[in-house]
Amino acid sequence: MAHAHAHTVKRRTGLMDWLTTVDHKKIGILYLLAGGLFFLVGGLEAIMIRIQLWKPLNDFVSADTYNELLTMHGTTMIFLAAMPMLFALMNAVIPLQIGARDVAFPFLNSLGFWTFFFGGVLLNVSWFTGGAPDAGWTSYVPLASPAYNTDYGVDYYVIGLQIAGIGTLIGGINFLVTIINMRAPGMTFMRMPMFTWAIFVTSALILFAFPALTVGLVALMFDRLFEANFFNVANGGNTVLWEHIFWIFGHPEVYILILPAFGVISEVISTFSRKRLFGYSSMVFATVLIGFLGFMVWAHHMFTAGLGPVANALFSIATMLIAVPTGIKIFNWLFTMWGGSIKFTSANLFAVGFVPTFVMGGVTGVMLAAAPADFQYHDSYFVVAHFHYVIVGGLILGIFSGLHYWWPKMFGKMLNEFLGKLTFWTFFIGFHMTFLIQHFLGLMGMPRRIYTYLDGLGFNEMNLISTIGAFLMGLGTIFFIINIIVTAVSGQKASNDPWEDGRTLEWTIPSPAPEYNFKQTPLVRGYDAFWKEKMDGNKEMTPAEPIGPIHMPSPSILPLFMAIGLFIAGLGFMYHKYYIGGAGLAILFLCMLIRSLKDDHGFHIEPEELQDKGVKA
Amino acid sequence: MMNRWNVGKRLLPLFAGIMLLLSACGRADLSTLNPQGPVAEEQYGLMKLAISIMIFVVIVVFAISLYVIVRFRRRPGDNKIPVQVEGNHKLEIIWTVIPLILLVILAVPTVNSVFGLAKDYSKDKDAIKVEVTSHQFWWEFYYPEYDIRTAQELVIPTGKKIAISAKSGDVMHAFWIPSLAGKIDTNPGAADANGTANTNKMYFEAPKAGVYLGKCAELCGPSHALMDFKVKAVDEASFENWKTAQKAPVALPSDPAIKDAIVSNCLSCHAIGDQGGLSFPNLSDIGSRSTVGGILVNTNDAKYKNEGTTEENLKRWIEDPNAVKPGALMPAFKDELSEQEIDGIAKYLAGLKIDYEK
Repeated sequence: MAHAHAHTVKRRTGLMDWLTTVDHKKIGILYLLAGGLFFLVGGLEAIMIRIQLWKPLNDFVSADTYNELLTMHGTTMIFLAAMPMLFALMNAVIPLQIGARDVAFPFLNSLGFWTFFFGGVLLNVSWFTGGAPDAGWTSYVPLASPAYNTDYGVDYYVIGLQIAGIGTLIGGINFLVTIINMRAPGMTFMRMPMFTWAIFVTSALILFAFPALTVGLVALMFDRLFEANFFNVANGGNTVLWEHIFWIFGHPEVYILILPAFGVISEVISTFSRKRLFGYSSMVFATVLIGFLGFMVWAHHMFTAGLGPVANALFSIATMLIAVPTGIKIFNWLFTMWGGSIKFTSANLFAVGFVPTFVMGGVTGVMLAAAPADFQYHDSYFVVAHFHYVIVGGLILGIFSGLHYWWPKMFGKMLNEFLGKLTFWTFFIGFHMTFLIQHFLGLMGMPRRIYTYLDGLGFNEMNLISTIGAFLMGLGTIFFIINIIVTAVSGQKASNDPWEDGRTLEWTIPSPAPEYNFKQTPLVRGYDAFWKEKMDGNKEMTPAEPIGPIHMPSPSILPLFMAIGLFIAGLGFMYHKYYIGGAGLAILFLCMLIRSLKDDHGFHIEPEELQDKGVKA
Repeated sequence: MMNRWNVGKRLLPLFAGIMLLLSACGRADLSTLNPQGPVAEEQYGLMKLAISIMIFVVIVVFAISLYVIVRFRRRPGDNKIPVQVEGNHKLEIIWTVIPLILLVILAVPTVNSVFGLAKDYSKDKDAIKVEVTSHQFWWEFYYPEYDIRTAQELVIPTGKKIAISAKSGDVMHAFWIPSLAGKIDTNPGAADANGTANTNKMYFEAPKAGVYLGKCAELCGPSHALMDFKVKAVDEASFENWKTAQKAPVALPSDPAIKDAIVSNCLSCHAIGDQGGLSFPNLSDIGSRSTVGGILVNTNDAKYKNEGTTEENLKRWIEDPNAVKPGALMPAFKDELSEQEIDGIAKYLAGLKIDYEK
């Protein structure tokens, strides 16, 4: 009882609870809510894009609006939907999987969420203040430079993404430290669940990739706000430099997105096959290798930029190499199912559907790696099809799988299986309908990012099919929302181990997990810790410590205020109202000062308060 | 109960269809799958090799998936615990080595083509040199050997290497003729600011006479979708005629009112013959082109709203260029000039034809 002086229990309720929470499980739910909201916004943008393209020379939206839509669709889906939903799963699951009571830095966790959220809101405010960014999610200069983009759209992009990027970077660091330092006794690195490994490597990628983006964004911000010349050709700047900076971030970003999905799939397939993950150590090796190679291949996005044959040849080969570790993973999943006893829950449907779908996205990736052929694919609908196959067919199926799988652990209720399967089939069929055909559109000469096309080019029917597919995907998403509502109203309560075949530590504690997670830190005796105990005939984990008071961090409103400060500062500087910008920064620094000077040791939950919600199978 | 077969059953025929589609797909003047020149041919060869390898991979994965899904699904009442296999070194080595071999098969011709297609013909005496400059939202073609400057339609002789050096006058664009050659970015700020550091080179060749569609492939602003151009391959004699015709003087209209309107409005930006400005598309042979502004298709048999006769298209363009091509820099003339003047100008421009094809 080292901190006996600090156990005045701070409890907040209602809205204040959510605004001040530093509990990773609640932050996970906040990430899910915000990410889900942005997912709907990005999805709506996608539907509008597809409506515009359903027939030649359509005028549903103007050329300018279309460019805003395509830019915001890409930016929103990558930064504000996919990443946060991954952070939702990370927050909801990682501490539970490694037997920890919280993340390493709960306050930072909250700060990460709020900066992401306000960065995303700032980006979307642009719709109402005279125009969203319209230079593509890649924001290539000079199109994004002040000379050719005179309104405020791209300013929202550079500043919104900087603020949101702070949140991502903080989150990455937090999970690195959490996974390195807070594993339960006995959980060595080579006993960590595959999802934890994936998040570990992802967090390392975030740590190295996001600063590159920030550097690029700051440089572009200086060009736009303060007339700097990083990318201004007339004054000796260079536009190819932006492409390098962007893709040195951008390519690892792709792996930041897909590795967690790999992790989810590994967990789900293994659980519902009732079988240990096949080739665990080679899976770990492949994940690390993909993470490493992910930094070596950025220039394959720039084959047509004119880097010369030596660079193109080297980056071609490096890119092809990534297929090897990815292939290892695919076959390991297939052989995990081989000889197993496969149960097709909705979570597993998404996972099993993921494998062949992702392979289809992967093989077009290898095709794109051949630089001379890429001269034909590049910036055509072939590329659009490819990256939607890996991001939607890979990541989004993975996220759906993970949400169906861990929903009971996050919310304590089982999602409706019928609606889950309906979601899967509509989304899955709609997805292939939308994007398979786009490969051919690209090969037949349709460039990407075009707001319209002439009649008679042979694009009409395929675009129509693609649009119908997009509506099916929308329908699938609506089924999922209905499922959430139905479950919230009348869902069946989940037990500790609702799938009955749980293998990892999160299934040893109640659903939803109590705020302290583990009444007693468990002792891990092998890979698939819970499964091992089950096979040894134990109903629960062996505790590694006696029951005692549990130290908890205090909730705090400061992260919210800090993010609001950054939001205000961003808006102020964008419109050259420096006193407003200064005021925003003042709020930020004041909060930091309070945080530094105020002594807060958190509080303790005493043993008698732990009730009867301990570590039970 | 869900039908567990569906995943594979639906996708396999789709992939079989790929091969079918590849054999004959898309317009000959637009599709990468229907190459019309040696460069596109070589790129298509690489695509076919890659697609074949990838279809093999996909079939293997689909077959195993299908087998596993069917064979190892949990039957009702089945409660056995499967053997917990840790891995299998032999298998794992197999699926590491086989992909490596497949990649080597793809990598060797890739590297070969990377260097082959990067060959520089800009010093070759037999090659036709063209400096391509992209603008928002039109293409400028300059033949340094003949000092000819045209726009929107790149006229080339058949059977000759065309050595392109490409740069941009404003933002990034990409120069793409799908049926003849893959694309190259046009970077800004080439010659004057940085030496020639950012100028990109490529070459292509069109053995057969014909018109090939060109596209801008890099997002360049609102009218990116409309930044089309044409490559017109003609036999060598016609090309010689074309060169001569380009140098011939072009008469301004005889009607003094129309002539004045052209001199005071058009020629401040555009060139006609040896008069006028060079910063915007040259109009000397605009009546011969198959489009106006790259996107209004000239035809006597209009079928949809971007088709019309040359004269109608010119009128539509002059009246309000931004209604056709959002973001175009040319101002609208419907309130600046009278209807008669616009009619006269359109009629005159539609008549600016050069007859060079034998």
